[in-house]
Parts: sequence; structure tokens; C-alpha cells
Amino acid sequence: MSLFARSALTLALAFLYAPILVLVAYSFNDSKLVTVWGGFSTRWYGVLFRDGPLIAAALVSLKVAVLSASIAGVLGTLAALALDRHGRFWGRGAYTGLLYAPMVMPEVITGLSLLLLFVGIGLDRGIATLVIAHATFATGFVAVVVGARLKGLDRSLEEAAADLGAGPARVFFGITLPLIAPAVAAGFLLAFTLSLDDLVIASFVSGPGATTLPMRIYSQVRLGVNPEINAASTLLIAAVGVVVLGASWLTGRKGAIA
Amino acid sequence: MHASTLLPDQRLRLERVTKRFSAHTAVDAVSLDLAEGEFFCLLGPSGCGKSTLLRMVAGFETPDSGTIRLGETDLTALPPHRRPVNMMFQSYALFPHMSVAANLAYGLKGLGLSRAQVAGRVKDLLRLVRLEGFEARRPDKLSGGQRQRVALARALAREPHLLLLDEPLGALDRALREETQGELRAIQQRLGTSFVVVTHDAEEAMALADRIGVMERGRLVQVGPARALYERPANRYVAGLLGDVNLIDGRLGRAEPGGIRSVETAFGLLRASGEGEAGNAVVIAIRPERLVVRGEGAMEGLSGLLTEATFLGDRIRYRVEMANGTSLRASAALPTPGPIPTVGETVTLGVPAEGAWILPA
Repeated sequence: MSLFARSALTLALAFLYAPILVLVAYSFNDSKLVTVWGGFSTRWYGVLFRDGPLIAAALVSLKVAVLSASIAGVLGTLAALALDRHGRFWGRGAYTGLLYAPMVMPEVITGLSLLLLFVGIGLDRGIATLVIAHATFATGFVAVVVGARLKGLDRSLEEAAADLGAGPARVFFGITLPLIAPAVAAGFLLAFTLSLDDLVIASFVSGPGATTLPMRIYSQVRLGVNPEINAASTLLIAAVGVVVLGASWLTGRKGAIA
Repeated sequence: MHASTLLPDQRLRLERVTKRFSAHTAVDAVSLDLAEGEFFCLLGPSGCGKSTLLRMVAGFETPDSGTIRLGETDLTALPPHRRPVNMMFQSYALFPHMSVAANLAYGLKGLGLSRAQVAGRVKDLLRLVRLEGFEARRPDKLSGGQRQRVALARALAREPHLLLLDEPLGALDRALREETQGELRAIQQRLGTSFVVVTHDAEEAMALADRIGVMERGRLVQVGPARALYERPANRYVAGLLGDVNLIDGRLGRAEPGGIRSVETAFGLLRASGEGEAGNAVVIAIRPERLVVRGEGAMEGLSGLLTEATFLGDRIRYRVEMANGTSLRASAALPTPGPIPTVGETVTLGVPAEGAWILPA
């Protein structure tokens, strides 16, 4: 790598990650003032773990993320299979567009329309509505990730399995699914992180008793930033980082699941 | 006829099999009867319909009309996993997430074999393709030639009556291909399974097959042993597909004894083998090795100017320019009896009537 490329890369990475590094560093700040360094300390992590409402919000977020990512994982995979495998069925173009639209739709619109729907059908707002809302917009992302994998999958693998006497179910569970599993898992993890850090849609569709972690952090920040929020954010970044690394590791390795 | 044999008849019979993709007819009314244990090659350039025909026999495409039978069984409407036919794919299609042994055992599931029987069968297959000791390898840890052999063994695992092979040697380099041709042929003869190979390589088809079926734009234009197709092609397409050939336009003249006809051409009156009505426009096909090149006046024949003489080790290739400006290609096995003419010399071209074949124009 040339000196120019190296320094350009360094600057770009600094631009992207400097704010996050500052946040992480200040989460270990002993001072009560966010902007004044008062020495290294983990006291805010202690405060954080005694903060009942914040812990409760984190648990709500985790529950919603797992459930909505599971639903989006299944629906997105099925949608990708339908789009990839059934040729040019009637309405295929429209279906594709409808599937991908929530990805580019402004979140305010998605949130508002979901709110109107939930109110309209009389569904009480809470964890269930959060799960539905997050699954709705994450399904498209899963479909994109799984669809890319399906496109790269040699169709003759499935034909070979059928040729060797395997019925459609054995072909799907023995050949197709193991080969797209990394993409399905990556899609799940993507949906998981999308759900975990969503604030806008959650603000519209959640109700009393279903405050997510981003909602809680945001409402606290409005009253003034304190180092405890830095600590909470650092943990959130760590969680998302681990999940994203896991997802890229899964998509990177080729069909290594037996 | 087949009532007298002990084994049930398992010959492939295609009857007017047709497949269209929207306006394009990929396979056009192909009928074909395979002999028991035959090694058959479907030969043609890409897009001639040979792969589509193979995929219809395997069950991956459904014919628009016609029937596909194996013995007494009508396969036409059966899905691929219910057909007693196996296929070796051009890409090999080895399951990347399974070991070699698991790939070979995949087709053995559901046959009611015990675990020990499956293991024994896998061992036999590995021995058949000389891959003992490779059981635990993943396909991506094998060489191209080894992958090819795993694909062949896997396709043979269920002991099919008929094995379909789509360009089985296409992905191998030249040296390996010739060696593998011999192996493929040996395995086919040992097992007695009928093989249908699809290839675009005429030399490969000639090296492998008992009979070759030449396909042109969806139609099966000629079926026969390699030698018959090479020496007695049905039309100029087949003549050109199987090897280098000189094509000379002409008009059919009178019949002579022994099936020899005279043909009026730009080079004068030539004698050639074949049939047809006098006065018809025809083409004479002459393989280069059938033309005899000698020094001027050494024999009776056509006169021309030797413009090229290429030494190829076991033979020499000539290009002879004729009086009307067209060139004919000739070749002679080396060493030749007599002197080799030099470039720039006027030579005499001998055209033996039995080596000149009359084709429809």
C-alpha cells in the first residue's frame, strides 16, 4: 500500500471512529462532568448496573431484537427463495419493489403508518407492536442478503441432489439451507442490530412499559448527558460490534456448515 | 427380441422429443434408440440443443411433446428424483459442505442399505475412480481431475441403467483430458452401463463413443459410428464438424459402375462416390488426407501451386492454390514415400473417387 493510500485510509477511519472512541474513552471518566477528564474509573458502569429502568429497557430491546430478527429471518429467507426460484411469476416485479420499499422508506413514515394501523385495528401498543414493526422493516434486509447468496448458488447443486434421489424437502434441508445458512444467519444478525438501535419507529409504536434502550438513552440525554449514558452506549457499541463481526465472518466463509 | 434376454430391457428410447423456449425450438422432434450398454455421444456446438436434450432425459426440463422411455418405463412425466437415471454435471456440482465420502453416500440414502453396506459401496466407488484415502476431503481441497472423478463416482453410486454426462471432460486441461477419456471408456466397459455424453469436441466424441449423434439447431441430423460420420457425412455441417474438409461445389453427372459419379466442378470433371439425380447441384467433400500431393506430372490429377507446407511431426499439411484462385487443403502422413514438394512448386493433386463424397448442396 502506498503512503498516500495508507494515510487516506487512516484519515477515513479516524473520521468514522473518532467520535465513538471519544465516547468510549469518556465512559471510563471518573469525573461527573462529561467534558472534563478526571482520571480512569469504571464507576459509571457500576452506576449503570444499578440503574433499574435502564436495565429494564435493555431487556426490552434484547427481547424485541431477538423476536423481530427471528421473524424477519424466516420471512426474508422465504421471500428471497420465492423471488429467486419461481422464475417470472405474475407480479414478481411489484413484489420485489414492495419487499424492498421499507428499506428506503423514511422511518418517520414507516413509524407513523404502523402507528395508525395498530390504532386502527385496536392492537395495544407494547412489545408485540415493536416486534411486528421491526420485523416489517428488517425482512427486506434479510431478503437482500439471502437473495445475494442464492444468486451465487450453483443451481446444479440442487439438481444433483434431486438426481441422486432426494425429494424436494431433502434437497432444501440437506443442500439449499446449509449452503445459504451463513447468509440467513448474517441476515438475522443484521435484523437484530437494526432492531437494537432503532429509535424512530420504536418511538411511534411502543407503549407504556415497553421502553427500548435507545428510547431510554434518548430521553435521559434530553435532561443532560452524564457519563452513565456513555457507559451504556459503550456496551451497546460492543454488542453491535460483536454481532456485526459475527455476521461478516458468517458471510465470508463458504458453506462450512456440515 | 428383448423378451428372450434375461435382464430387463433398459434401453433409452426417445420418440419425437420436442422442447421450445418461447419462440425458440431448442430440441426439434428428436428420436433415438440406444443399444444396451452403449456409449453414445451427442455432438454439436453450444446452443444446438444437446444439453437441453440431456436435461430432459434427466428430468430437469419437461418436453413439450414426445416421449422418453427407459425400457418399458415412461420417464416423460417423472420428476428427476424418481428416474433410474443419473447425471454427471458439467460443473461437477459436488456438495461443498460435505466430504468426498458424504458426497458419494448421498445418493445411497433411501435405497434400504445398511450403514455397513453404504460404507462398502463408498469404498468400492473410491477404488473405481482411484481415490482411496480421500474419503474425508472436502471438494475444495481436491484438484480438478480428482473432483471430476468424485463427480463420476457419485453419479454411478446408485448403479443407474443410464448415465448422462454433460461435458464430462470440459473443465480439464488437454493432457489430463486424453488420459481421462481412456479411463471413462474403461469404466463404462467394466460396468456395462449405457453412457450418454454431451460434448462439443468432435475428437473427444470420436475417442469415446460407440455411436455419435450430431445435433444441429435442435435436430439430430446424423447418427452413426465415428468412422461412418467422418467418411460419409450426411451434409456439409456434419462434414465440417468432425474434422477439416474441402468442399467443392458442382453439378452431378452420369453414373459409372461401382457407385462412382462424375461431377462437373470449377476444377473440371471430378469423380466422386455417392448418389443423386443427374443435374442436381451437389457438394463434394474431401478430407485433406484423402488428397494426394505429388510433383508436377507424377500422376494424373489437378494442377495447382503449393503455397504452404506445414510440418506437424507425424504429418505435413499442404495448401494448394488452384487455377481459379481457391485453395485446397491436403495432408500427408510422415514419413511419406517419395520426395516432399517444396513451397512455390507446381504440384499435381490426386483426387481418389472413393475419398470424395457427394453431399446435397
